[in-house]
Amino acid sequence: MDIELRGITKRFGPVTANEDVNLSIRSGEVLGLLGENGAGKSTLMNVLCGLYSPTDGEILIDGVPATFDGPGDAIRAGIGMVHQHFMLVPVFTVTENVVLGVERTGRFDHLDLATARAQVHAINDQYGLHVDPDALVENLPVGVQQRVEIIKVLFRSADVLILDEPTAVLTPQEVDDFFQIIKALRDAGKALVFITHKLNEILEIADRISVIRNGRIVGEGLPKDLTRPQLAEMMVGRPVSFDVVKKPFAPGGTLLETRDLTVLRDTDEIAIDHLNLTVRSGEIVGIAGVQGNGQSALIEVLTGLRRATEGQVMFDGQDITRTSVRERHRLGIAHIPEDRQTVGLIKNFTVAENMVLDTYYDARFSRGPRVDWAQVNKVSAGFVRDFDIRTPSVFQAAGHLSGGNQQKLVVARELSRETKLLIAGQPTRGLDVGSIEYIHKRLIAARDEGDGVLIVSSELDEIMALSDRILVMFKGRIVAEYDANAGPVDKSAIGLAMAGAAA
Amino acid sequence: MTAVPAPRIEPGKTRHARITGGILIGLAILTAVVFAPDGTGIATFRLSRPTDALVLPNLVVPAVPFIYAAAAVLAFLGARQFLRGGTRWTSLSMGIGLAVAVAAFLVWATTGKAFSLTGMLQATMVRAVPIALGGLAGVLSERVAVVNIAIEGMLLAGAFTGALVGSLLGGMGGLAAAVAIGGLFGFILAALVVTYRMDQIIAGVVINLLVLGLTSYVSSQVFQEYRYLNNAPVFRAVKVPLLGDIPILGPMFFQQNIFVYGALIMVGVATYYLFHTRMGLRARAVGEHPRAADTLGINVYRTRYINVTLAGMVAGFGGAWFTLGSVGRFDEGMTGGRGYIGLAAMIFGRWHPVGALAAALVFGFADSLQQKLALLQTPIPSEFLAMAPYVATIIVVAGLVGRARPPAADGKPYVKE
Repeated sequence: MDIELRGITKRFGPVTANEDVNLSIRSGEVLGLLGENGAGKSTLMNVLCGLYSPTDGEILIDGVPATFDGPGDAIRAGIGMVHQHFMLVPVFTVTENVVLGVERTGRFDHLDLATARAQVHAINDQYGLHVDPDALVENLPVGVQQRVEIIKVLFRSADVLILDEPTAVLTPQEVDDFFQIIKALRDAGKALVFITHKLNEILEIADRISVIRNGRIVGEGLPKDLTRPQLAEMMVGRPVSFDVVKKPFAPGGTLLETRDLTVLRDTDEIAIDHLNLTVRSGEIVGIAGVQGNGQSALIEVLTGLRRATEGQVMFDGQDITRTSVRERHRLGIAHIPEDRQTVGLIKNFTVAENMVLDTYYDARFSRGPRVDWAQVNKVSAGFVRDFDIRTPSVFQAAGHLSGGNQQKLVVARELSRETKLLIAGQPTRGLDVGSIEYIHKRLIAARDEGDGVLIVSSELDEIMALSDRILVMFKGRIVAEYDANAGPVDKSAIGLAMAGAAA
Repeated sequence: MTAVPAPRIEPGKTRHARITGGILIGLAILTAVVFAPDGTGIATFRLSRPTDALVLPNLVVPAVPFIYAAAAVLAFLGARQFLRGGTRWTSLSMGIGLAVAVAAFLVWATTGKAFSLTGMLQATMVRAVPIALGGLAGVLSERVAVVNIAIEGMLLAGAFTGALVGSLLGGMGGLAAAVAIGGLFGFILAALVVTYRMDQIIAGVVINLLVLGLTSYVSSQVFQEYRYLNNAPVFRAVKVPLLGDIPILGPMFFQQNIFVYGALIMVGVATYYLFHTRMGLRARAVGEHPRAADTLGINVYRTRYINVTLAGMVAGFGGAWFTLGSVGRFDEGMTGGRGYIGLAAMIFGRWHPVGALAAALVFGFADSLQQKLALLQTPIPSEFLAMAPYVATIIVVAGLVGRARPPAADGKPYVKE
């Protein structure tokens, strides 16, 4: 099945999300749709899957104009969407999730799950998906949950699959498996639209690439004719530098040290198991690892959000194992949390309020029990300028900023005070290329000024680009260590260590 | 550094096990010291009535040995928690322990007297009915993520309407009217919380207060004057042939009135509906992940309206029990918080119809226990005995439930994008 989008324009009041977009989707082909967050990719796909009706333009299915009054129409036309945030009921089985909305029934509305289970098996076999139809979705890893979403779409006999940022939640190994599935679907004659902002992935998997910026298609081409810098420039609208410029490596004394640190999760399982690591001033230590191997607990225990069960955390020569969060701030530990939306920011607070969450009590901003808001707003406005946060004003609610600007706000707050150690969890997750470039510069600047920097990231490329030393975490332990300044580090060796081979 | 992996450290579970163990040993001491009766006594439990088809002999229990045996069991279970605690046996031990303690208490209270176990179980079932139906109403609405505090008000409205319409049109008319009025209030609740996105707790409280005020006013102002409006017929018990003759269980389940049979049937039908039908699957999806249901073309709002209205009808039926099922007359505030206990039964029953029924039987047991014990003239003041159902509620919900998980979207309004 082939689909043509012709002159699609979508306006929300005065805002134009898509303008005069032409796109063709062909069966047996993966169309890569590349664009930054907010470029209009999702709006365009929501038009295609019937959630929005276009202001202008038309959709042709095999040459015949079609109009969709809702997602139901698009599904019936054979267009299925795999959303970035999974639309699965966690306490249902795979089969129950797959049939939901299109259930076959017998007498007395009795659910016929047996037939559906057989169909799930058939889809499994056809595309090599390996999903247990009877497993509860909440017990499945994220990568398998994504396959359930794909089965859901295939079960509704879709010929066109729209995949919205499908790799955002996957680990490197899961991405490889996922690409195999995409290839199997393509070879079976399905048409696929792969939406992303990741250059490497689009070059690897797409058969054709369309780049969207500010709601318009700004470039098209075949992967073999395009390079990463070209694509990045099309996507961002200016040349982007991928080279990380660092000062020569000149580490100082030990800043952070953990001694036999053991930490439990809320469920009383061991998250960190007798872990020893050091961070010196003037170096970036990157922690690689598949999510769920204790990285989150490590960040929490180092920043004082979680109690250590055993062992010690030493900072700058003093024991901070039982030190409060505020005291750690005062000592010069800055923290960029993994989840900026729930831990890093208060979404309903303004930019200015968020900017002083950790400093409102110090002499600059407080007059006795009173907060000097005039001063807060003035200082915040300065930080907004210094850190290039795009916001109409400091009075804007933080939740209304784009992801990149939210993260810049967190970075501004954390780095605008005197720091010695910066702890960053997934510092660029979900950000656009421009913001990633900016955050990386800031992290390196902190190192060059003599701060110790500890980065935890599931993006191996990021770890490899930034780190002076790379540690691999597996099941709560450090299982491998690489010195990035001694020579190039073997990426596949790290990948193996992440999978536990070195343990 | 250390080569030996650390032993698993589980402070949370260990603490829970220790608390459970402490409570069990406390119960053992209480049983041994307080219940150990002065002198030798014999407790007689009647297992059937002389009129029954199959007459079982009385169960005769020597009090002192039984109580000491019970204390020993409790002490064993408690000690076991300290030695090998933290396993899945913790909750079970607590449940068994409570049952043993209650049995010991019953033997102590009956010493030197006779006590009808059959009558007690029959009363347990009867008193469980409004709680079970309240709990079932809670299950139906919370499964679609609408918290239904208004069950108390729906029960009261059902009781009132049952009495009023029953007085005019007879029992069946009253019952139908009670179901209809319950459904009406369910629909009103759905409109308030689904369409107008009012806070679900506040909407429920408003309905409760409205019903309480209206029914109290009418019953004190109108019923006082026109007594024939508050004089409804009562549904009598109907014995099911054969099944009703089963010893002990027969009187409990099969020599009852329409409300008991109705409750049992509704629990069965609701279980089938929720877990084996298309509509039920969709309803549960709406309660767990309404956005997902919406993207799959399921009408979230309509599903919530239907289920909350059904819940109201179930509660209205349960309300009629208070008047048409027992005394035939409406009194102010006669539901006495059974709707809230129903909600507790729903939680204890883990949002499952059968679970809610089982939990309701526990509360019904506490309720009928206090009633029968008042007749046995124990040294405990009757006011304290009257607290039994509510104390049982607190113990059960706080101590025994463990990690019950409500539907994920419970209490949250759904806003379409």
